[in-house]
Formats: sequence, C-alpha cells, structure tokens
Amino acid sequence: MNAPLTEQEQESLTRKTLIGASIARPNARRLVDGAAVYIDDVRLPRLLHVVFVRSTFPAARLRRIDTAAAAKAPGVVAVYTGRDLAETIAPMVATLAHFKGMKAAPQPALAIDRVCWQGEPIVAIVATKVRLAEDAAALVEIDYEEQSAVASLDAALDPSAPVIHPELGDNVCFTREIDTGNVDTTFTTSDVVVERTFRFPRHTGVCLEGRSVIGDYSASDQRLTVYISHQAPHMIQDCYARLLGLTESAVRVICRDVGGSYGIKTHVYGDELATCAISMLLKRPVKFVADRLESFISDIHSRDHRVHMRMGFSADGTLRGVELRDFLAIGPYSVYPRTSVVEGNQIVNIAAQWYGHEAYRATMVNVFTNMCQYSNYRAVGHPVAIGATEGMMDVAARALGLDPIVIRQKNLLRDDAFPCQTPSGMKFEAMSHQECLQRIVRNMDLPALRDEQRTLRQRGIFRGIGVISMIEITNPSAQFYGVGGARISAQDGCTVRMEPSGSIVVLNGAGEQGQGTETVFAQVAAQAIGVHFSQVRVITGDTDMTPYGGGTWASRAAGVGGEATWQAARELRQNLLALAAVVTNRPAQSLDIAESWVIDRRTAEQITPLSELGRIAYFRPDTLGAFQAELCVTRHAVPKDYPFTFTNGAIACHLEVDVETGFIKLLKFWVVEDCGTILNKQLVDEQVRGALVQGIGPTLYEQCLYDEKGHLMNGNMVDYLVPMAFEMPDMEVDHVSTPTRSTELGAKGAGEAGTAGAPAAILNALNDALAPFSTELFDMPFTPEKVLRALGRL
Amino acid sequence: MNSTTIRFLLNGEQVEAQADPRIHAIDFLREQFELSSPRVGCEHGVCGACTIRVDGQIIRGCLMLSMQLDGSKVDTIEGLTAAGEIADLQEAFVARNAVQCGFCTSGMLLTGQDFLTGARSISREAIREHLSGNYCRCTGYEAIVDAIESVAVRRGIQVTREAS
Repeated sequence: MNAPLTEQEQESLTRKTLIGASIARPNARRLVDGAAVYIDDVRLPRLLHVVFVRSTFPAARLRRIDTAAAAKAPGVVAVYTGRDLAETIAPMVATLAHFKGMKAAPQPALAIDRVCWQGEPIVAIVATKVRLAEDAAALVEIDYEEQSAVASLDAALDPSAPVIHPELGDNVCFTREIDTGNVDTTFTTSDVVVERTFRFPRHTGVCLEGRSVIGDYSASDQRLTVYISHQAPHMIQDCYARLLGLTESAVRVICRDVGGSYGIKTHVYGDELATCAISMLLKRPVKFVADRLESFISDIHSRDHRVHMRMGFSADGTLRGVELRDFLAIGPYSVYPRTSVVEGNQIVNIAAQWYGHEAYRATMVNVFTNMCQYSNYRAVGHPVAIGATEGMMDVAARALGLDPIVIRQKNLLRDDAFPCQTPSGMKFEAMSHQECLQRIVRNMDLPALRDEQRTLRQRGIFRGIGVISMIEITNPSAQFYGVGGARISAQDGCTVRMEPSGSIVVLNGAGEQGQGTETVFAQVAAQAIGVHFSQVRVITGDTDMTPYGGGTWASRAAGVGGEATWQAARELRQNLLALAAVVTNRPAQSLDIAESWVIDRRTAEQITPLSELGRIAYFRPDTLGAFQAELCVTRHAVPKDYPFTFTNGAIACHLEVDVETGFIKLLKFWVVEDCGTILNKQLVDEQVRGALVQGIGPTLYEQCLYDEKGHLMNGNMVDYLVPMAFEMPDMEVDHVSTPTRSTELGAKGAGEAGTAGAPAAILNALNDALAPFSTELFDMPFTPEKVLRALGRL
Repeated sequence: MNSTTIRFLLNGEQVEAQADPRIHAIDFLREQFELSSPRVGCEHGVCGACTIRVDGQIIRGCLMLSMQLDGSKVDTIEGLTAAGEIADLQEAFVARNAVQCGFCTSGMLLTGQDFLTGARSISREAIREHLSGNYCRCTGYEAIVDAIESVAVRRGIQVTREAS
C-alpha cells in the first residue's frame, strides 16, 4: 500500500544509494526466531525476584504495616517497607527551573506513612520465585486510614478539594500563560468567532512487555549493573547513581530488547529503583517484572485534558486570533526526572502555530490528583494541541461556509514563509504544509470521496472525511530539559571503528526499541564510509560501551544519533583515505572508497581492499613509517540552530458511522509526512502507521476510567480496549522531504506524527459524517454510546 | 496438591518434567525449559503473546495449566524455527518490517501459520479477523497483514478481495 517514490526520493536513492533505502532490519531476525532477550529472559546466578504490595486506596495514612508473616513465608528472603529503604534511596523531586513556579512534593520510592494513589508501592517482598513472593504478599497486613481523594480533573480544580500535599498550599502543580497582548481587541474586531470545548481522555501506554528491571550489585566490584527495559540508558545511569548514592562509574545500564516503550519507559519509577536498592542491600541480583494489572496502576498515564478553544476570523476566512485554555490532571507527584508538566507546556507552545494569526493567548493549569502517576507518553501534548486546533478549523469552516481544505490553504503557513517565529514564540526552520495538503487531497482523490459520500447518504450510509494539517516537535536541543537542570543528554555520541577485516562497528548512545534505529545507523555509516551495509554492526544500549547519549525519545534518535553516526563515519573515511595514501603511495585526494575498496577517484579502479588497510594498520604498522593510523573515531552531535526541529504533515481519515448502533468503522487513512531526509523509507512508513494506530486508540477506545473515589475501574486488558487488527484500516503513507539544514544528514524525527495527528483526523471525519444530523462530538473517546447520544437515539 | 511428573513432546523432543498444579503452561515452559519465545503479556488470555501450539491447535499458554500438557505435542517458535516450518513467514515478517519491538511476534507468527495452514482462499479482512486476538502496540497491524498475505500468495493460496 506504499505510495510510489517521489522524484526527490528517487534522486536521493540514486545519489546516496543507502540513505533512504528500505533495507530490512538485520536485528529483526532474532525477534522472529523467538531469540530476543527481554528482561524476563535474562537469567542470572542466585537471582531473586521482588514483588510489590501496592496501595488499594487512592489516599490513605498508613497506620501500621505488619510484614512478620510474609517474612516467614516459604522462599522469602527479605521484606522491605518504604522506611526500610529510605536511607538507601533519596526521594525524587521533579521540578525543572525553566518551568517557573512549578511545584512538586518529594516522592519516596516506596510509600512512607501515606499513600497518594491506588497502585503506589508500599512493601517489597523478595523471594526465590515470583510466585512465592506473591504468596507472601498476600500475608502482609496494612492498616489504612482512608482519606478523601482528589479523583478527577474537575475535583482537583475545585478550590474546596482536599490538598494532596499541604506543604504545597494547593493542588496546582504548574500554570503557564502566553499572551501576545492583542487578543481581546482581535476578537472584538473579528467577523466570525467560534468556540468549543474538547475532552481528551486519560490513557496509558500498555507496553506488551511490562516495565522490568534487574538490579545486579556486585560487592566485589562495588558496581551496580542495571538490566532495564528502558529508552534512556544514560539517564538511568545518572539518576540511579545520584538517588542510590553511587558514583556514576559504579552504575552500568544495559538495555537489550525492549518490548514496547512509547515514552512509558523514559521515566524513573520507584519500584524499579527499589529493586536496585534491594540488590545493593542483598548483594544479589534481583528481578522485577511488572505484571499486567500492576502496569495499569503504576505505569505513567497521560493526556486527561479539557481544552476550551476560541478562534476569530475575518469574513473571508482569514484566521486572526486564537485563544486556548487547557486544564489537565496529573498524578499526585511530578514524575522524575522529566516532570509531569511537559505535556501541557507543549500544548501552549504549539497549538495553532502552523496557521498564521496575529493574536494568541494560551493558558494552562496543571493540577495534582490522587490518580495514577502521569508524565510523557508518545507525541507529548501534540494530540491535544492538534486535536483542538484542527477540530476548530473544521468548526470554523462550517461557520464560514468554507470547504475544510480551502480554509486550510488560506491560513496554513506558506511553504516560502520560512524561517519564521510564531506568535507563541516557536521558531520554525522550514516546512511544507501547502505541498502536503495538496498532495493528500490528490492521493485520496477527495472529489471522488465527496461524490461517494453524497450518494451514500441518500441510501442511509453516513461516511465522513477529515483532513488535518499538523506539526511535530523532533530533535530537541538542550532547551527541552537541560536548561531546566535535568541531566538528560540532548547530544548523542557515536564511535565508529574499522576492525582488521574491514568490518565496521558503530556504538551509539541512542538505542533501539523496535523503531529500526540500529538499521538506520548502519545505513548512515555504510554510506558515509563506502562499505556494504552488511559490513556494519551496531551496538547500542550499554553505558559501559557506547558514548554518552540521550537515548530514544521525542523523535530524536535518527535525527541526532544519526547525525553523530554520519559525522564519526565521515571522519573515519578521511582517516582511511590518509592511511590508504601512505599504503598505496598515492595522494589522498586521488582516492575514494566504494564497496569496501579503496578506488581511484577518477577511474574507479579498485586499488586495495579495506581489509588490507586493516591488516597493515593493526598488524604491520611498522611498515607505515611515522604515520599513525586512527581507525576509531568518536563524534558528537546536538541540535544548535533551533530549539526543536519541527516536522509537518497532513493526515486524512475516512470512516463510516452506523447511526443505528453508534459504531464507527475506520475505512482508510492517508498520511503525507515531511520528516526531512528519509533514512529508510519502509521504517519511516511503519513508524507512521504504528503511531497512527496508537493515536486511534484513545480517540475511539482507550480511557482510564476512575470512580469518584479514585479507583481505576478498568485496569486490565479485557476492560481497557486497545486497537486490534480487525478494526484497523489500511493506511497509505506518502512523503514530502524538506531536509533540515541544522545537520548534514537533514533528517527530522518521524516516530510520533501519527499519534499526534490521528485524533484530529478522526474527530473531523466523525463530525463530517454527523453533519446531516446537525450534531457534533468533541469528547473523546468516541464510544458508540456517545455517538448515539449525539444522535439523540439514547 | 503435589507436583506430578508429566511427559510430552516439546519441539520434537520427548521430555519429562515435574509439573506443579498451580503453574500455567507458559510459566512452566519458560521456567523449566528456558524457552523464551512464548512471552508473558497479560496473563489473562487477552493479548496472545504467550501463544503456543498444542496438538496442532494454537492456545494461550496463560490459560492452560502445565499438567494439561501431559502426553501432548507442544510446538513453540524455537521448534518451528529449527524445523524450518515457518521460514517463509519469518522471512516475510523481516522483509516487510512486520515486527517492531518483537514482543507480540511469536504469537503473531503462530497465529499467522494457523491461519494459512490448510487455507485455500483468504482475504485481508480474514487475516485481520484471525489476528484479532493478538495485540500489537507497535506496528498498527498493516505490515503483519501484508506479510501474511504475501506468504499466502507464495504458498499458492488464493487471495480474494473483500467487499469494501
């Protein structure tokens, strides 16, 4: 279902044969052979297992914890409470200096004296087998004094609500306002003003491999090895070292195969930290694997917004003013170390910024609740910012009597308007909104779909079409975390070395969780040096081996880690040519490297293979005179020109609403995406498709449902619905390529755009389908019940 | 209840082990035989990551007790890989990138093979329906459907277009 290669892609493939090529992932072989190694597959000598007794109450004092019976149960080696571990683990306080006025309470790894959410770990039970630890867990007696909980966004916004952390004064974690100052006058002078309220549900990541970790403390080496299912190994090294009172060099973090992450595994979790602390105390390896039920009540949740949005237009459809008010409910703590406010912060930064306008005001109120912990999940903030903005553009189109495509063509930033700074202060380098919109209209044959829609409506079949434009923050610089004091690397380092046989090893600080990161690093290195792809082996996910890096989040691995790879490999190539000049007694500038051979740049004559250079450099350096070969190069890359490298794209959804049952059937999606230079077309396409389906989830199915007391009511896979194969449509993916000039490679991120844009596309398609009934919906997820209520049939 | 000795054919090899009545098949196979291809995803029969094949039928390893394996023929991806039974399907999954994080992949492959085995005529919709008990959070399913469809073509199974 892939769209044919564009001229630009063809040209890129011809010019740089490996960059952009849809090479299959070599590391997928072990995944299909059943040979992947996730944390639960790591088996170490004398391994112990830990399980956690978790709070059954959303808010309570812990009057008494009796672990005596559990400690005596078969197989139990040790039992720890929060107080027992308080001297080993420092509390986590997640605030960042650039979020001015942000408040957060210190969070203990295991609860001490009180619990703040249902699912908070209280007691750790260590045993020789998981099931024996689970048996013992049932013997722990906890005397709770239940307190009233703040169990929803509305409850938290109520000034009479109990204050979760009295020392903070109230339940407001963070507020922010951006105001260009001319908003009120712009609205009073606008011809048409539209206003709606949107609801984006609380949901979670549901990684198929639960969070998992092994802490393996060696008393002999005085080192902690952490095997962890995670996206940011160096961040874990830094955080664990500081929180556990170890030196950085005493902590080694190894991330092997990761069974789904999506941002869920970019955080520090108390139970994982406690597992490592217990390994230090017991001087034995200890494993923790979150089971499905505890994943739902301890993995971070995300979204949970109510957004009011207002837009003012001239009579001709020109957007003039935008106002957004965002209210969102986090958990009781700010999640360490990235905080729980980035989501809302992104929304006020980016909402509507891809449309020209003269006045912008956005406010955001981020409140604590006694629901599960909350932080960054794939496409942080974007589904909300894009969902509300694009929903409003269609509302405005209906109010103005304009076609949804026309109102976008009129207001989208023009492709020649870059670089520019937006009313919210975002700096955009280069985008292709107009071209993407034009391309998607053509790819989907919109006029034919509209004809079909009209015909089918007469037969009682109600289809809808939604087309949206969007942006996505990728390749973040130090502006994302570093400036606020978080020790999360914005740069990636890469070492590229040639081995004696001429094979290449790449070590990179950014890693792989299935996106294909290692494959694109191999493509980039092979292209830069002039060797065959199969000659390159990539190693990631080990802080003892790779240069320092940020890891894989915020769509940064290909753009930043890829650029570091390119720079290191290019340098190695120069070093190889210098060596070849000595070995062949020819000028370096007359030489080139292709297909693992040193060739004559002019005639392409093969002169000597790289394996011969390797042999001489490593085993006969005595023949090189004073020349010293350097066949191992490290380079670093970090975005500098812009705080973020924004991508853009357009997404279209075609769906059908069964007005009798309220069910929505997704018929097809189209995507036109601009992630700059495409490093591997198939991998980009599959990132787009996978992300799109993750965006479909919370738009139609997924929601963490809490009762009024703060209990999660659907924390299992039966009741928490996710997209499954049968309901999902095919998705046609196409590309426009506007490389970033911030790097030589020109690659922008591609991992989150689908998640960012799918909700808006569905929202608009649904309201388009419902248009004949003069009703509309803005409250996700769009369940059959809500559809029937909107139709007045329930 | 005490553990019992059970004997069964595991990936073509006759094996014997002590089965504890409380242990479900997936933990039993992973712990006693150090098999890793069947994964533990939800332990309540929803996600399909722990799919194994028992006497030719695909089942959820988390919904079967270990003692029920007694006298049966059990296949996992380790065995099918060694035997080459699904080499074409595995190849197609790699080529089409029908695998991202890989945690669902064993279940997807076994379910895909179950779907194709003995099939004369299939459609994309039928593939999707057959996979509807297997959860994948990464791929969005389309690449998996493509991979299975391509293997159907190569195996000479007729692929029909479903009505739109």
